[in-house]
Amino acid sequence: MTEFSRADVCAAAIADAFKDDGEIFASPMGMLPMLGVRLARLTSNPDLVISDGESLFLAGTPPLFAKADVVEGWIPFRRVFDVVAYGKRHVMMGATQVDRQGNQNISAIGDFAQPKRQLLGSRGAPGNTVNNRTSYWVPKHNTRVFVENVDIVSGVGPARAKAAGPGASKYNDIHRIVTNLAVFDVKGADDTVRLLSVHPGVTVEEIVEATGFVLDIPADVPTTREPSLEELIIIREVLDPKGLRFREVPEPVAEVSS
Amino acid sequence: MKPRDKQMTIDEVVAQLSDGMTIGIGGWGPRRKPMALVRAILRSDLKDLTIVSWGGADVGLLARAGKIRKVVYAFVSLDSIPLEPNFQRARQNGTIPEVVELDEGMFQTGLYAAAQRLPFLPMRAGLGSDVLVNNAWIKTVASPYADENGDFEELTAVPALKLDVALVHLNRADVHGNATYLGPDPYFDDLFVQAADKAFVSVEQIVDTAGLTVDTPVQRLLISRMMVDGVVETPNGAHFTVCTPDYERDEKFQKAYAAAAGGSDEDWAAFEERFLSGDEAAYQAAVVAFHTELEGAK
Repeated sequence: MTEFSRADVCAAAIADAFKDDGEIFASPMGMLPMLGVRLARLTSNPDLVISDGESLFLAGTPPLFAKADVVEGWIPFRRVFDVVAYGKRHVMMGATQVDRQGNQNISAIGDFAQPKRQLLGSRGAPGNTVNNRTSYWVPKHNTRVFVENVDIVSGVGPARAKAAGPGASKYNDIHRIVTNLAVFDVKGADDTVRLLSVHPGVTVEEIVEATGFVLDIPADVPTTREPSLEELIIIREVLDPKGLRFREVPEPVAEVSS
Repeated sequence: MKPRDKQMTIDEVVAQLSDGMTIGIGGWGPRRKPMALVRAILRSDLKDLTIVSWGGADVGLLARAGKIRKVVYAFVSLDSIPLEPNFQRARQNGTIPEVVELDEGMFQTGLYAAAQRLPFLPMRAGLGSDVLVNNAWIKTVASPYADENGDFEELTAVPALKLDVALVHLNRADVHGNATYLGPDPYFDDLFVQAADKAFVSVEQIVDTAGLTVDTPVQRLLISRMMVDGVVETPNGAHFTVCTPDYERDEKFQKAYAAAAGGSDEDWAAFEERFLSGDEAAYQAAVVAFHTELEGAK
């Protein structure tokens, strides 16, 4: 019997999003994405290139927020833009809103001219989504995040990329949306968000309830895989011994598998 | 004969600025910002400025002071505090008349175009996003060359971000304007100065030209004197942003700034009175007193 938490399931699901990427720059934004990417590098994809989130490529795979041990490259912000255009990159960004067509908003809520709530700004989302593989991490899946239409399109989903022409669509690659409840892609009918798996203990009904648009739901929805014993040991003893992951996914409730 | 000496005071730099100018501010978010020069603008009666910045507290402070007529940005963030409270407030109250939000890579491309005296440069960023909807003046351009599928790709024609003045902060410079960064990231300060008609560099320390390469590789000499109109020595002049290796970000001060900025009008008035009512020396003294008080409270 192995106990695991929802945060562990999310970390493994994020790691899976990067496992087939080969030797590319994995850019996680936020804590669980950082944990998942480092987990992938220690298990399914040791070729991943990772950074300290500032300007250094790390040869090793340090715990969350630890300083670099050995440095294997230089990646100041200007060279990040170079790699975005080069394409060998997979970024997992946050999303204040995601809509049915897989567009993402991190810019502002409400009307752009005078928003109800000013957020970060578009950051690199417009460029990321038309240049390199992009995924999203949503730690609190609810109907305020998953909306029919985002207020401002920062990250571009496949339908809008196609409408903008081949210059926008040829490298548009929205890969996964991982939330605290489930995993999605954007390969539903007419390029819409599709449910890929529900996390252990979550029902499809709960997902539908927490989503503000009509999801593409296949006849059979599998359960997101449980983290392996090896992964759990790496998460707990190597990457996140302080349990920082529970700040983003606060449900340290143990589940039990047979 | 030596090249000319371009040392100036903070106030002499500000005297070179005028109402309505387009000012590019170097650094990145809460990193290596020319804050002493920004504070000097706050003290001046300059107004109606266009500010071009990958923004941090520089944008927040100037917005709160009502100095900005137009802002060009891709984000405004304090990093450890993701949303800049003064900028949020200004946007939500609609007090900045003109707002241009770009993708952060477009911003670099726009500076490149200006630095290369081109009207625009093409890139993919922007296509399909609301950056091109909210900035309808930004056009696309068709490639004159067919791609592998025979398509003539439509790309964003990123307009040149031409600056009247660039303000940047580095670690060391000589009196002529050759300047070097000693931290891990050059940011985009060389692009800012080349995109501008006039450029002013503040530094932690002015040293002999020979001293610039004594203990750091020549590759870190980011800025050449031919790009520079004035050099100012402003120790701790990037405070409270990071200026590695001279100092890291002052997180405690940043927290106090954000609390005041996001608090009541009285909270902000008290912060202004304590830290922003005097000159740069008074600011630095107030910061020392702030930390002494924090230590004493332990």
